[in-house]
Amino acid sequence: MFIANYLGLLHGSEIHLRDSLKKVAEHHKNEPDIEYICKMLASWSEVHIQNLERFLKQYEEHKESEPDKLQHSLFQGTRKGGLGLLRDLHDLYLLASEVELSYMVILQASQALRDKELENFCRDSVKETERQVNWLKTRIKQSAPQSLVAAG
Amino acid sequence: MQQTRDSIKDIWGERTPYYGSWPERVDERTLEEPERWVQSACVLCSNDCAMDIGVKDGKIVGVRGRAVDRVNRGRLGPKGLHGWEANNSPDRLKFPMVRKNGKLERATWNEAMDLIVRRSKEIVKSHTASAIGFYTTGQLFIEEYYTLGVIGKAGLGTPHMDGNTRLCTATAAASLMESFGSDGQPGSYTDLDTTELIMLVGHNMSNTQTVLWARILDRLEGPNPPAIVVIDPRKTWTADKASVHLAPRVGTNVAVLNGLEHLLIESGNIDTEFIEQHTTGFEALKKALSSYTPDAVEKITGIPSGDLLRAAELIGRAKSMVSTCLQGVYQSMQATASACQVNNIHLLRGMLGREGCGILQMNGQPTAQNTRETGCDGALPAFRNWDNPDHIEELARIWNVDPVIIPHWSPPTHAMQIFRYCEQGSIKMLWVSATNPAVSMPDLARMRAILDKHDLFLVVQDAFLTETSHRADVLLPAAIWGEKTGTFTNVDRTVHISHKAVDPPGEARPDLDIFLDYARRMDFKDKDGQPLIKWGDPEGAFEAWKECTKGKMCDYSGMTYEKLSQGSGIQWPCNEKFPDGANHIYTDFVFNTSYENCETFGHDLDTGAVTSPQEYKAIDPKGKAWLRAADYHPPHEVPDGEYPFWLTTGRVVYHFHTRTKTGRSRQLYDAAPDAFVQIPEADASRLGIKEGDWLEVTSRRGMVQVQAKIGRIEPGQLFIPFHYGYWDGDFRPRAANELTITEWDPVSKQPHFKYAAVNISKISPQQLSEDPDKEKHRGVFQSIGSLIDTISGAILIGGKH
Ligand code: SF4
Repeated sequence: MFIANYLGLLHGSEIHLRDSLKKVAEHHKNEPDIEYICKMLASWSEVHIQNLERFLKQYEEHKESEPDKLQHSLFQGTRKGGLGLLRDLHDLYLLASEVELSYMVILQASQALRDKELENFCRDSVKETERQVNWLKTRIKQSAPQSLVAAG
Repeated sequence: MQQTRDSIKDIWGERTPYYGSWPERVDERTLEEPERWVQSACVLCSNDCAMDIGVKDGKIVGVRGRAVDRVNRGRLGPKGLHGWEANNSPDRLKFPMVRKNGKLERATWNEAMDLIVRRSKEIVKSHTASAIGFYTTGQLFIEEYYTLGVIGKAGLGTPHMDGNTRLCTATAAASLMESFGSDGQPGSYTDLDTTELIMLVGHNMSNTQTVLWARILDRLEGPNPPAIVVIDPRKTWTADKASVHLAPRVGTNVAVLNGLEHLLIESGNIDTEFIEQHTTGFEALKKALSSYTPDAVEKITGIPSGDLLRAAELIGRAKSMVSTCLQGVYQSMQATASACQVNNIHLLRGMLGREGCGILQMNGQPTAQNTRETGCDGALPAFRNWDNPDHIEELARIWNVDPVIIPHWSPPTHAMQIFRYCEQGSIKMLWVSATNPAVSMPDLARMRAILDKHDLFLVVQDAFLTETSHRADVLLPAAIWGEKTGTFTNVDRTVHISHKAVDPPGEARPDLDIFLDYARRMDFKDKDGQPLIKWGDPEGAFEAWKECTKGKMCDYSGMTYEKLSQGSGIQWPCNEKFPDGANHIYTDFVFNTSYENCETFGHDLDTGAVTSPQEYKAIDPKGKAWLRAADYHPPHEVPDGEYPFWLTTGRVVYHFHTRTKTGRSRQLYDAAPDAFVQIPEADASRLGIKEGDWLEVTSRRGMVQVQAKIGRIEPGQLFIPFHYGYWDGDFRPRAANELTITEWDPVSKQPHFKYAAVNISKISPQQLSEDPDKEKHRGVFQSIGSLIDTISGAILIGGKH
């Protein structure tokens, strides 16, 4: 059973997303909406991470060694300026999408496992992940034309 | 001098108690006997009181209220009775000016406009129209906004158009859209004449719309007076009249309103049939509210649970109800979410669309409604949806242009973002009309730096030298109210016409003429090679606007200049069905939420993320209103050891905006000559501060030095009025916005002027700092030549500090 590995993957992705959101919030302070919204979105991930712990423990003994290579790093570090912001948001979007997808995968598995609690956790959390993804999409759409066309 | 009353001393005037139909009382003030009267309406707050302008020898000599008008029945407040004096002020801008070698110098209209057109064309060529932005106001006329809107959206095709209405009224629009599908006020002033309960949320009406407040004072002294519920952290004159005054901690509106909704649902004081048939989202709302018990609300807001219960009981019992919101909601945390909760209360109780029941999501400025309607604030004209291709097609048809020119690929850029793009350099030309961001925007040090940027070509169109206009590269002298004809609309959808009474001074021109001249020189064409702008005067512009609104909710098609010039102002919708306008909208409780009609597909109230058209289609409520739920979130900046006080900002009764007009009336000036800081008694005595002591107030953004006024504010909070800048003399730092945060509501994008963490310390008068805008005297005031005497005259009025 690979469920523990996938939970680990989700856990890693959530941590990565939370930390990257915080970095972007800090780095793009001059864009005030970015600062406080990214902080708020990071706090949602933080709660997910805490709630995940018990499921990680629960399935720990089933952990297999194979899919660790699934862990990869998307977010390298923040960049400057309007285009930099767009690229950072782009990365955040991919990170958040990865989290969203992981929830979907685990949600499917949780149903096969008849693990109602895990299922509910996934359903509740992924709603917030979707909101994270939606905000990133909205903000990216807004900055794209200005950064690519008018700047420079 | 003739005056029917002294409005400086007695702000609201004599009572005319009533129930049902508000009696007339005509207020008048003239300095000389007028030769003739010209129909108009006041533009010094969002009430839009109808008035006649008295003219003698080609000069405005006074005003009187119009008894026939539904808005004010003849009354005028202090600003209306005095503010017109600004028209005659000797320091009006009379000639165009162009910056040469760092100094503004007198130029001809031809030179000035030619320069603007040359720069526009260069910028469009090398960077596209997305490098040009417009920042307008809530104080021009429909005709001017609509013309500017067509220029920006179908001529240039820039997504960067907004108004200072972003600061005053964006949340009103946003919350109406989130709840009812589109902008459009579901209330009427006549609702106040019979209603059983009035709830004022973050709205100090006694100061902000004095004539509307007089209407309520008259109800309170008449038979069947309404109950008054006030939600405001300050003990205002409005709060003095409250049956229940809830004084929450700054930034906790959502928690208070959630608490009220929770109690209404718990006690069964809701209209379940209405909810069932005309709303969607009740179960989710109920769930979200479940934790907002009176005790929980008391913990967050500091409001005693007994008070909350009393307010909920009053609201629950009332058979009719009017609510109003203003800046205490709009410029605070979770602005849109809070305003939506007020809409929810009316939806839960089925209290709208009929006599005595309405919501007035107030506007701050006289013509702010029109900035929104015409599309000058980013929205598309007549409440069209930028995300709905059919709406874009429709506009393109009306304007006879290719739809691709109309920017609709992403949400229109809001003011704060426009200035951010200027700061980053991707907007290279900014055209500011009739507003003063160098005093009215948050975080002024940052704002001045942006306006001073060398790579930003700044065009300013104004009637006076202001903290903003002296920074212009091209400064265009504008005619103002009384010197041009046009129409505008207030919060109860009443449209007034204001006729030209006198000529503008010098070479000053109406804003409409300036925009038309720009369009001509830019040679904007429609699809058939004909001029894009097909009108050449106000009436022509109004006719074009009528065509744009025909069949939409804000339907003006049944109005004409002639009809508007007869008696009272007329409410929209005005069309074949309602030839004299309609007192209420949504009388059938079918709201504008269907996919085809809605102005927005909605937002996530916490993040501002937009709902996509596909998502909306899946949940299309087809005419039912949205009950929007929101959880309370603490403000992003809270008092701490370093900055232990909450600062909140707002108006005083005698002034408007940045005092460009009201500061030029001697009596209004004298009534409230300078900024101050209001400080609670307890904090003052703890810190040994006495009335009139000089205090330095600091935040993470900046500092002001103001004198103390003690009392009438909750412990831990401070209040500074936002009107005071630097145009009228050499001052120490005193503009409230030196202190405020650059931060905005995620949905309405309205800035958070209502809270910032600050500290105070006592200083001596010898410790006062230099004017942060002192450049103005070197930069411009000296270079105007012929104007120099009158400028120093203005400084004399201001007095040296
Ligand atoms: S209430 Fe407003 S519109 Fe009416 S006179 Fe006063 S300032 Fe003018």
